[in-house]
Amino acid sequence: MPQRLVIIGAGMASGRMLEHLFAQAPEAFEVTLFNAEPRGTYNRLMLSPVLAGELSYAEIVTHDDAWYARHNVTCRFGEWVTAIDRDGKRVIGTKGAVPYDRLVIATGSTPYIPPLPGHDLPGVIAYRDVEDTDRMIGLGAGDKAVVIGGGLLGLEAAAGMAARGVEVTVVHRAGHLMNRQLDAPAADLLQQALEARGITVVCNAQSQEILADNKGQARALRLADGSEFPCDLVLMAVGIVPSVGLARAAGLTVGQGVCVDDQLATSDPSIYALGECVEHRGAVFGLVAPLFDQAKVLAQTLRDLPGSFVNKDVSAKLKVTGCDLFSAGDFSEAEGRDSITFSDLRAGVYKRLVIENNRLIGAVIYGDTQDGGWFFNLIRNGADVSALRDTLIFGPAYQGAPKPESVATAQDHAPIEAPVLMEISA
Amino acid sequence: MKRPKSACSLRSTCPYCGVGCGVLLAVDAQGALEVRGDPDHPANFGRLCSKGSALGETVSLDDRLLAPRVHGQDTDWDSALDLVATTFKDTIAKHGPDSVAFYVSGQLLTEDYYVANKLMKGFIGSANIDTNSRLCMASTVAGHKRAFGTDTVPGTYEDLDEADVIVLTGSNLAWCHPVLYQRILAARKARPDQKLVVIDPRRTASCDLADLHLPLALGSDVALFNGLLAEIENRGLVDHDFAKHVSGLDAALVSARADDLSATGLSDDVLAEFFDLWCGTKKVVTIFSQGVNQSSSGTDKVNAITNCHLATGRIGRAGMGPFSVTGQPNAMGGREVGGLANMLACHLDLENADHRNAVKDFWSAPAMPEAAGLKAVEMFKAVGEGKIKALWIIHTNPAVSMPDADKVRDAIAGCDFVVVSDITAATDTARLAHVLLPATGWGEKDGTVTNSDRMMSRQRAVLPAPGLARPDWDQLAEVGRRMGFNAAFEYETPAEIFREYAALSGIAGGFGRDFDISGLSDLSNTAYADLAPTRWPVSSDKKGGRFFADGGFFTADGKGRMLPVAWKPPVAKTEKRYPFRLNTGRIRDQWHTMTRTARSPRLSAHMAEPFVEIHPEDASVNGIGPTALVALKTPNGRAIVRAMITDRTPKGEVFVPMHWSGENAPSARIDALVPSVTDPISGQPESKAAVVSVTPFAAKWYGFAISQMPIKPTCDYWALAKTYAGYRVELAGTTLPKDWVEEARTLFGLPDADVQTMLDPAKGTARVAFHVNGALVAALFISRTPVAVMRDYLAALPGQEVPGVLAGKSPANQPDPGPVLCSCFNVGINTILAAIETRGLMSVEAIGAALDAGTNCGSCRPEIAALIAKAQTKEAAE
Repeated sequence: MPQRLVIIGAGMASGRMLEHLFAQAPEAFEVTLFNAEPRGTYNRLMLSPVLAGELSYAEIVTHDDAWYARHNVTCRFGEWVTAIDRDGKRVIGTKGAVPYDRLVIATGSTPYIPPLPGHDLPGVIAYRDVEDTDRMIGLGAGDKAVVIGGGLLGLEAAAGMAARGVEVTVVHRAGHLMNRQLDAPAADLLQQALEARGITVVCNAQSQEILADNKGQARALRLADGSEFPCDLVLMAVGIVPSVGLARAAGLTVGQGVCVDDQLATSDPSIYALGECVEHRGAVFGLVAPLFDQAKVLAQTLRDLPGSFVNKDVSAKLKVTGCDLFSAGDFSEAEGRDSITFSDLRAGVYKRLVIENNRLIGAVIYGDTQDGGWFFNLIRNGADVSALRDTLIFGPAYQGAPKPESVATAQDHAPIEAPVLMEISA
Repeated sequence: MKRPKSACSLRSTCPYCGVGCGVLLAVDAQGALEVRGDPDHPANFGRLCSKGSALGETVSLDDRLLAPRVHGQDTDWDSALDLVATTFKDTIAKHGPDSVAFYVSGQLLTEDYYVANKLMKGFIGSANIDTNSRLCMASTVAGHKRAFGTDTVPGTYEDLDEADVIVLTGSNLAWCHPVLYQRILAARKARPDQKLVVIDPRRTASCDLADLHLPLALGSDVALFNGLLAEIENRGLVDHDFAKHVSGLDAALVSARADDLSATGLSDDVLAEFFDLWCGTKKVVTIFSQGVNQSSSGTDKVNAITNCHLATGRIGRAGMGPFSVTGQPNAMGGREVGGLANMLACHLDLENADHRNAVKDFWSAPAMPEAAGLKAVEMFKAVGEGKIKALWIIHTNPAVSMPDADKVRDAIAGCDFVVVSDITAATDTARLAHVLLPATGWGEKDGTVTNSDRMMSRQRAVLPAPGLARPDWDQLAEVGRRMGFNAAFEYETPAEIFREYAALSGIAGGFGRDFDISGLSDLSNTAYADLAPTRWPVSSDKKGGRFFADGGFFTADGKGRMLPVAWKPPVAKTEKRYPFRLNTGRIRDQWHTMTRTARSPRLSAHMAEPFVEIHPEDASVNGIGPTALVALKTPNGRAIVRAMITDRTPKGEVFVPMHWSGENAPSARIDALVPSVTDPISGQPESKAAVVSVTPFAAKWYGFAISQMPIKPTCDYWALAKTYAGYRVELAGTTLPKDWVEEARTLFGLPDADVQTMLDPAKGTARVAFHVNGALVAALFISRTPVAVMRDYLAALPGQEVPGVLAGKSPANQPDPGPVLCSCFNVGINTILAAIETRGLMSVEAIGAALDAGTNCGSCRPEIAALIAKAQTKEAAE
């Protein structure tokens, strides 16, 4: 007799979790999947290529109706869940209740909308789902858009709209773009590249108010310094907040997100949480990699098998064609940390590696991200890199080559020793 | 600047050591000079050493002096020559003939030498002409004159083929006269019984194939050969028939027996073996060179050797005799001409009134000095004291090669009027000149040289004189005429000069001297042009051959002299502050002060920086590790060179090459550390026995640079070497610049080039590369420890497009990963295909486990699956 598993939210995390589950125990569960969006799981990360016109929506769907049918998943898409009845072990949706043995909350996150005047005007949107993407795709040449927030999401949206001929301005609160993932030199190169695409970038920008036209439509963004940026659309991309409404209402322990242990269990042993809605050991999540790790662990947990989630370093990659950029680990300046930098401004390449106790702990790369994965690995496996320090930043292509000499040596086999008898390995 | 094409292919002579190898020269369509050994030349029969073979790389016109230069300004010949002539004239008028001097060189051809000697000794009326042969051959000249009456080399190279025992003493023949060494090896192949003995404190390259090596204490040669002489007598091997041609036997034996053989520090077994070989073999040739000559007892060393050969009559016969090998192409010619301050001409004696008058008449000379002039070391002392007020330096670099070289450099710098004739302005000496005269160089010159076995060979011009360059004889004759000696210097061709010289030698012959080539005095211009290698003498009654087999020495009584000589230790004594002996010498692929060889990438690659050979124990005791830089200090000066730790150099001694100069390694001007101690008879400096302290050089940073253009760093240590792509430079310093990128821009003089940097401040690593239009022009690699990079790989890169140059090494051989498929981990399609095909990874999970591909966002997993599927269908199809 299969257990009844109810999942609220069909984002990438729950999608990945189901894959694991069905791969390992196809018959163990009878799954009901709620999703507020009227569709199943698609690769949200790929919305930017869709916006940029490089991919079609169909191409980013990871789980289609056939897949759900094949695994007997009862899909309750486009239906809102209104409450969790923990005592009755039921999930109440707008179209009726469903009993569960195990419940997974995967409600994800909602964009953070700063409470500045005019934030609720029509023409002010966030960037989260297909609907938002379609709004932007609706714009074209001659239209103007202001993007509030120069992070990953904001810049991908900006580049996507710019690719469609929209006149885009990005206003960013911090001193340089993507300040979570980049240091200033890399961000400068990125900014140059974006400006080359006609995108206007304003850093250290204090948004003050979104102004409305006489039809009550957003018409411009005003900054604290009084400067105004007229626009047909304002995109809010300043961050996300975990969606915890249901969990809180259900009386589960909630901090920034739904609190879970290493097995992704909430304060209610038969309720679990997964993805951007969770808080694990004080951390909340915005990038996909750890969510997939969670999915893997939760699949174990649901099958009562051992498994613990460990929040590892993550790497970020901006999906803006032509802006190769890679960032991983911790690259903030600190006592006991060394930076190795490579720069070739003519080629538009910048790399910075951060070393602590002979280990690579962070990497920022702009322009030539070929070796990003290799650095990411070194960061994650914490290997001692002191032996390859001089060539580290040049990547795997330059490792393991013959030992270089340390001083001028004889070229031919002269009958007596060359000036140097021993070599110092690089 | 390219050489113009010239279609000739002709015979000439190599301009390096005294072996005097014949070469065949041709200029190819690109204007490059092709050099091959002349199979018909009796000195080398087609063999050439590394230096000779690379001559083609040394004749480029980069750095060539192409016009006369007065006070740094290019000018015409008339102004320059008039200035030289009038200044010498005025100086002589004001301060007398001995207030001027010529310092010339074994690089001069005989004809140049003859005119220089004639002008100074016959017309200026001073004997203040000396040559850099003073630094290498003077002790042999003095020893020969003491023993034979004249400066005569008794034997010929054929003796090396015929000898049963060949002794090398103070000669690293394998490196300094490689073609003679090869000749010996060939002889030993033909006659495996022939034995080779090397006497040298160092285990040099010449020892590699020797039957016996005597690592004697530095400077103890006299004690050794005195021991041998005593042994010769003990064994009753004194040749009493020959002894009637010899005087001084008894006195020589007395001092020989009295001498202290233990001074050699050699074991009894080694000594016994040597004595047995030498005494037990009639056909012995004893080859000696700088290790004998460059000593405060150099003349005595020479005579300690000649004593043994005279006592046994082993001289002038096939396969026997003492054999001096000279260091320069025309050291012998210079000696014959009279280029030394204590010679007259054609082996005639300055102090001999009859000789003097004969030459005076022959030259119709207004004035002749009656006493020897200033020998090199004295000459530059006099320059320093302001006694020499006008100095003409021709084809030599005394600011580098003289002992106490810094003092000599300062002396020249302080001289009222300095003229330098050379092919380049880029030498430590030329930079001090008031007047620079552009001379024709090897390959452009036309004249004769004499090698170590009295073979006179022609140097011929295969290349046109570049720019305004003129031959030295022509420059000297011009100045002679402008000083008012028109008739005596009306030369139009070297042939004329040679005929006059040959005629003068007839007078010498008349005095019964050895050097007589009067048989060539009526050589026609064409006959001179075609002159085949000819061994002197060439007179009505003598032609080539050997000397002294039946006596006939050139002393007053016709007898050879044996000299009572006694071992004396080197003048400088080791002490607490200076515990090591400093030996100096040559390396295989460099020549003198590198003004020629440093132009050759091939030669510069062998040993690309100056170094000090030090014994492993001495090195470890003094905290000197491999790749370290070493500070050397003597009472006279200091140097910084690279450590070369080797037990080929004995404990307590260090060896440093003599070649590097201010032009390419200012901290390695090793003769600046050598005291100006000389042999009292020959005046030759003791260049191989300074005392020195040896400590690690505490550099704060080390550097390696590559550059298309030459650079002149200012740091404590740098050494520049030519490469095919430009230059490579070793650097080190004690002061850290604020900003390495700015430092590099200044160093290379590239204010606007595109820059690439790799900086690791915490580790002290800085790497900076400059590109112009994508091509590498220069790169600098800095580290706190000696820089670990692939030097040879890097040296070849300038001019190419190498974005990865700063890695300092060639990329490991890895395939092109192909277009990125997994963006999260940047895994390329090729990488994944390779994993599928070569490692048989047939599932997305397996690929992920191996390459991480698809394990992050997973959006590429379908594509990976597709690749696997494709591979499987491909397999199925096969």
